[in-house]
Amino acid sequence: MTADLASGPAPAAHPLRFPEHGVSGLAGTSFKPEHLRSILSERGPRGFFEVHAENYMGAGGPPHRALEAIRRDNPLSLHGVCMSLGGPQPLDREHLAGFRSLVERYEPALVSEHLAWSTHEATFFNDLLPLPYTAESLAWVCDHIDQMQEAIGRTILLENPSTYLIFEESTMSETEFIRAIVARTGCGLLLDVSNVFVSATNHGTSALDYLADFPLAHVGEIHLAGHAEQSDDENALLLIDSHDGPVPDGVWRLYEIVLGRCGPRPTLIEWDSKIPDWPILKAEAMAAQRLLDRHAGQASLRHAV
Amino acid sequence: MRSDIRIGPSAGNDGSYASAFAPGLNDPERQTPALVSGPGGKKAVKRYNVYRNNVTVGLIDALAAIYPATRRITGDEFFRAMARFHIRQTPPKSPLLFDYGRDFPDFIAGYAYAEAMPWLADTARIERAWLDAYHAADAEPLPPGAFASIPPESLADVSVALHPSTRVVRSRYAALTIFAANRSPEPVGAINAAEAEEGLITRPDLDVIVTRLPAGGAALIEALAAGLTLGVAMATVLASDPHFDIAAALAGIVEAGAVTALSPGDAR
Repeated sequence: MTADLASGPAPAAHPLRFPEHGVSGLAGTSFKPEHLRSILSERGPRGFFEVHAENYMGAGGPPHRALEAIRRDNPLSLHGVCMSLGGPQPLDREHLAGFRSLVERYEPALVSEHLAWSTHEATFFNDLLPLPYTAESLAWVCDHIDQMQEAIGRTILLENPSTYLIFEESTMSETEFIRAIVARTGCGLLLDVSNVFVSATNHGTSALDYLADFPLAHVGEIHLAGHAEQSDDENALLLIDSHDGPVPDGVWRLYEIVLGRCGPRPTLIEWDSKIPDWPILKAEAMAAQRLLDRHAGQASLRHAV
Repeated sequence: MRSDIRIGPSAGNDGSYASAFAPGLNDPERQTPALVSGPGGKKAVKRYNVYRNNVTVGLIDALAAIYPATRRITGDEFFRAMARFHIRQTPPKSPLLFDYGRDFPDFIAGYAYAEAMPWLADTARIERAWLDAYHAADAEPLPPGAFASIPPESLADVSVALHPSTRVVRSRYAALTIFAANRSPEPVGAINAAEAEEGLITRPDLDVIVTRLPAGGAALIEALAAGLTLGVAMATVLASDPHFDIAAALAGIVEAGAVTALSPGDAR
């Protein structure tokens, strides 16, 4: 027998107010608790750190202690993975409230969510599931984004998905759908360059065409990650957005094209599985930082002319 | 409420893509939903299976992370097969995965292949309580010797506030010893599994502590948690065991960081 003996509300009020660390022009990494000690023992300038909001929705304990330590000295990006903005059913109010209190508590520099769904009826599916792009789905995605932005009191960055299949009922392209969302909700965008690469490969389309049609002016953050290779029913290459390795060359090249068009934007190396030691993850972020710095120089040259 | 939901030939019960797409994710017997395809209309069996696999593997991994000692005892293959049955029967309702698997110990207790390990379910119960304590709200526990500040004649009227992380576990088997041995990096030696054990799980600061309690200790803590005064709680425990060492038990409870406040009773 196990009995839950704790009663009464958690001690409220977190008087902590963190310094305002800017995120402009910086590279960052996913924050993994196993890296905390290495990160804290480093000196010198660091990038930003991104966490999955859901992992910090417990009442207390070591996760919050670690996140406070990270947030004190670094810009933070709060990345939601379970809001189910792309689902047809209303958002989970409890989850929305949990998200809002994290935003209030940690004052993140960036807040983002996905163009995907993960909950249907009473079941949580623990994956970023795809949706058809129609006038109807556009209407409820926009309603959900409005609701989330209102609940947390700020705009979010919406991330483009990686997908493995298409819906025959779709009447719009993904970029058309995303442009309409931006126009209706005023949200910003998180451009996941790896997702562009993965989806284009999986659907036999052009990543460059996708980028040409993507509203780059609204991009507030970029994601880069590794992927895995499988094959589909006809033995065509199927890329899996696995976040379990270094960023592949093709994704780096696409990233440089993006930077050339929209200038430096905060860029995250996403690495969520088979997590390497901190120096390896950090080296990936440093590689992104060098590209960001180079493009920052070019941007200022352009302004000077 | 929306009133303009389109009912298409490929859609599910309520007409939405989610109703058509979702049921197969946790049910391998179902066919690929008809509303999806690969580029150029090609088949999407393997493509849909990517989502199935993400859902299944993700949830099995979540249970493996919550129940590492259970997994060490059963071995990985056994654990993953058992977890797969459970996630299909009881998928999560909350997006917070650290909250998932609350029904897993009961599932293990009824799992035919685990019959030879009757202590496995209780070991899993300790692991679930461990994670609850880990994520519980923070609070400052009272220091050892806290009860010494109360005059002896007032002790019976005192009520005890417990730390939000406090949990108790009672097992007919040596589940605490089994848990501890299988959470330690050391090799596991011989354990007499037939000895009943009770335990207290707390997290006074950053580390979760699992403490062995004397028989009757769990009942004492449950009585205090229910808001009974110390006097009434003691009487409850002493009724079933007149030799129960109350002073030692209370000292142990405070030592484990389970007490955050002592309030004197009404002065009457």
